[in-house]
Amino acid sequence: MKRSPAVMALRWSGRVLVAAILLFVLLPGIVVAVTAFNDRAILAFPPQAWSLRWFWRAFSYSDFGRGFWNGLTVTLWASSIALVVGAAFAIAIHRYTFVLKSVLEGILLSPLIIPHYTIGLGVLILASQTGAGRGFPLVILTHVLLVLPFVMRSTFISLENLDSRLELAAASLGATPGRILLTVTIPLLLPGLLSGWLFAAILSFNEFTATLFVSSQATQTLPVAMYNYVREFADPTLAALSVIYIAVTALLLSLANAFLGLEKILNVDAH
Amino acid sequence: MTKRPFLGWFVSPAGLVALGLTAAMAAVFQFSIRTYIPGSLEVGGFTLQNFAAMLRPLYALAFWNTILLCFETAAFTLFLAYPLAYALVRTRSSAVRSFILIAAVTPLFLGEVVRTYSWMIVLGNNGFLNTLLVKLGLVERPVQMMFTAGGVIAALVHVTMPIMVIMLAAGLSHIDRNCERAAESLGAGPIRVFLTITLPLSMPGIVAGFSTAFAWTFSAFATPQLIGGGRVSTVSTLIYQLGFSSFNFPFAASLSIIGLALSLAVIALLRQATRPLERLASAT
Repeated sequence: MKRSPAVMALRWSGRVLVAAILLFVLLPGIVVAVTAFNDRAILAFPPQAWSLRWFWRAFSYSDFGRGFWNGLTVTLWASSIALVVGAAFAIAIHRYTFVLKSVLEGILLSPLIIPHYTIGLGVLILASQTGAGRGFPLVILTHVLLVLPFVMRSTFISLENLDSRLELAAASLGATPGRILLTVTIPLLLPGLLSGWLFAAILSFNEFTATLFVSSQATQTLPVAMYNYVREFADPTLAALSVIYIAVTALLLSLANAFLGLEKILNVDAH
Repeated sequence: MTKRPFLGWFVSPAGLVALGLTAAMAAVFQFSIRTYIPGSLEVGGFTLQNFAAMLRPLYALAFWNTILLCFETAAFTLFLAYPLAYALVRTRSSAVRSFILIAAVTPLFLGEVVRTYSWMIVLGNNGFLNTLLVKLGLVERPVQMMFTAGGVIAALVHVTMPIMVIMLAAGLSHIDRNCERAAESLGAGPIRVFLTITLPLSMPGIVAGFSTAFAWTFSAFATPQLIGGGRVSTVSTLIYQLGFSSFNFPFAASLSIIGLALSLAVIALLRQATRPLERLASAT
């Protein structure tokens, strides 16, 4: 097909526009990466001398280490609890009708629109009124509330794609409901359950606002420790930590993209 | 075989979690109508004083500023995310698609603190942008970008970009390309095809993306707190300040209630206002 110069000009200006927007998206990451190798203790650009000392400080600063392990504890508990609770509930919603079904669904999906600070404030007030301390269970409960909608959604999408004739076949061959669930339904849902769990874990590990409200010095997670650091110090330690963060995340996403197809997970598959 | 096997097992854990969430929200509501006792975490009797105090200019202005900030952020995000989503869905090169997808989506998983911190280095007086502007001779002294509404908006646009791109791309990828081909075969140019076919058909994605961006910006805390530095006050920074600096939890709770009601109202209005456009899209 022959293209007129006007169409070609339009295409090229479109490409330039997209490149410029990508630059805007990538710019902070690039600037952070350069800053992380700056030898000087103030945030000046461009760096005059290079060093790796901020990476060492990021690793040796005890609050970050403790925050990392706290965060991992909270993330593993919260995303696993959310997986069991959310997947079971999604199956019930998909298959059955029961009293208060839509009310319950509405309540559990509401953290998608309620600001995180409101949920954090609510859990904090609830804890102080019932006399529960600001320990790990409180942080884990908050995270379960926040990530549950994502597990529910991911399970629901898998249920829509599940061929229910397989379950009927198992039932006609005499399998009990429990056996069908364990040997047919759950194995078929596994990819959806796994991606829901992964999504929940990533969101939980990075959650900041609600955690700031409900955590204490002893239970603070990595994002909260980073926030406290940036309010006290203005050296490139956080830049070094950010570089590690960005590298690990981009690596995980590239792997997810290569093995699972990110387009499918995010539902932006082109037809 | 029962008709609904394991119903109780499936629903009761979720019911328990829903109960916890309801109790937390009820606690916020209950605190919002209690009296604040200075210097104490205990609360006094029931009152509507907290809601009356919100009419004071300081708080009314914070609400107004927050809504304005959310609208500006959502609008800028839409304009920047649309070309990216379009390129993502329409490019024929899978390498380009993967690159755009990773570049656009990675920030979503970095959390607000890392992203806000990176913008502090970009916008600071000795930061990247100011160094660049001074070196190029465009300005003599560094331009104040930190602690301004403009700086907060730039960072918030960056924070809301990924989710907007995902929602727009989902909308765009579900468009039947045959509609566009039909218009082309009837002699419409590329701009006309885009404006009369693609854009209206992507309206559901635009509406979903815009309202999500609005809600996300409304709940953003680290960005206005760190980049605004106390000079850009939003509902979220006020609530935190009231809760953790003056321990006035009743007033923080009432601000949360009004903030939640306001953001829900704006989103409902948005959906209502754009319904004719959505209907247009689904009719074709």
